[in-house]
Amino acid sequence: MEQLRQTPSQTVGPFFAYGLTAEQYGYPYDSLMNHSLVSPDTPGERIYITGRIVDGNNVSITDALIELWQADPQGQYRTSPIEHNTAAQTDRGFLGFGRMGTGTLPDGQFKFTTLKPGAIGDGSAPHINVLLLMRGALLNLYTRLYFSDEPAANAQDALLNAVAPERRATLLAHREEVNGETRYVFNIHMQGSNETVFFSL
Amino acid sequence: MLTTHPPHLSLGYKSTILRSPTQPLMPVRELIRDLSMPVFGQSVLREFDNDLTKNARINGEPIGERIKVAGRVMDDSGRPLPNVLIEIWQANAAGRYVHKAEIHDAPLDPNFLGGGRVLTDSDGRYSFHTIKPGAYPWGNHYNAWRPNHIHFSVIGHQFEHRLVTQMYFPGDPLFDYDPIFQSVPEHARDLMIAKFNMDWTEPEFALAYQFDIVLNGRRQTPFE
Ligand SMILES: [Fe+3]
Repeated sequence: MEQLRQTPSQTVGPFFAYGLTAEQYGYPYDSLMNHSLVSPDTPGERIYITGRIVDGNNVSITDALIELWQADPQGQYRTSPIEHNTAAQTDRGFLGFGRMGTGTLPDGQFKFTTLKPGAIGDGSAPHINVLLLMRGALLNLYTRLYFSDEPAANAQDALLNAVAPERRATLLAHREEVNGETRYVFNIHMQGSNETVFFSL
Repeated sequence: MLTTHPPHLSLGYKSTILRSPTQPLMPVRELIRDLSMPVFGQSVLREFDNDLTKNARINGEPIGERIKVAGRVMDDSGRPLPNVLIEIWQANAAGRYVHKAEIHDAPLDPNFLGGGRVLTDSDGRYSFHTIKPGAYPWGNHYNAWRPNHIHFSVIGHQFEHRLVTQMYFPGDPLFDYDPIFQSVPEHARDLMIAKFNMDWTEPEFALAYQFDIVLNGRRQTPFE
């Protein structure tokens, strides 16, 4: 079958905020996705995914967009359609999909509210798919977040094991307890000795 | 097949220098099973989400040339993709974005925001009405101007369908001077340029541009 040529990727640029994440930046347009992957009445213990994205000079990037896509605590990806205001009414109330721009919190931090994902099956540790878009990125950048408090599962994970051993740590989010919150800190380094591993599909 | 996508590092576009990975990406296609995405239902849309000439009116119509932008979303084997979410954002007719960090001193339009969204129908078709965006300067280099463009974000049924791109207008004199447009291999630049479509033009109302979108359709395993 003849293959069509794919539409080329272009940068998201610096001005996506009022189109994609208007509510977070205070623009008058509602948002389809936000930095919470759960609705307020979703049962389960909340975790917070926080971190920064830093450039090759170790400077925080304050105009990036991060999207998370993850399984629920039972290891299931959402399959039912996303309808308006239905995060609470659907399978266990879990959207599993979130989006946040940087530049609204100090020092370019992002902070997502979610539930810890379950493992999807044998040979897979709990993880979150992370997509990064920003001015200066001509293509979406895809990486994964694994959890520092899952060493046994991580050791069995096929994808993590395929990463060069000295670079695996760039995919680990570190657990911290702060003010009674369970936070996983995931800093993304575009360049340098801790350059985050990015994937191609 | 030659890739149609730009490289991560493109020296003419200076922001790529400190923001692009220096290590090769790790291919993970064989290591990832199903990465289906949930589709969005029609209920997420509001009445004027796909009409940017109406969705931010305060006391009148936005200024500028009213246009229609429409097309089809397919995977690279030509299958139409229904229920794909397309989000767009753009400058107004004067080349000004509604963005706090925008420094261009062209006027804002009180009746134009520049953000919209739509879902493709069962044949993969979508359609917007909007105002033709103006060119605007940016600080990349001396006398740097972006060609007229509309930003597109596309979310399909598979994780690898995710695409962010920009739609340009035919015959723009700035193509030769824009490092973002030029970052794409020469043989693929035509794919980012909408086609003027007289058949879709609405008499006494709006010119029409056709912009078809082809997404990565890699999800054909040896078992299919
Ligand atoms: Fe732009």
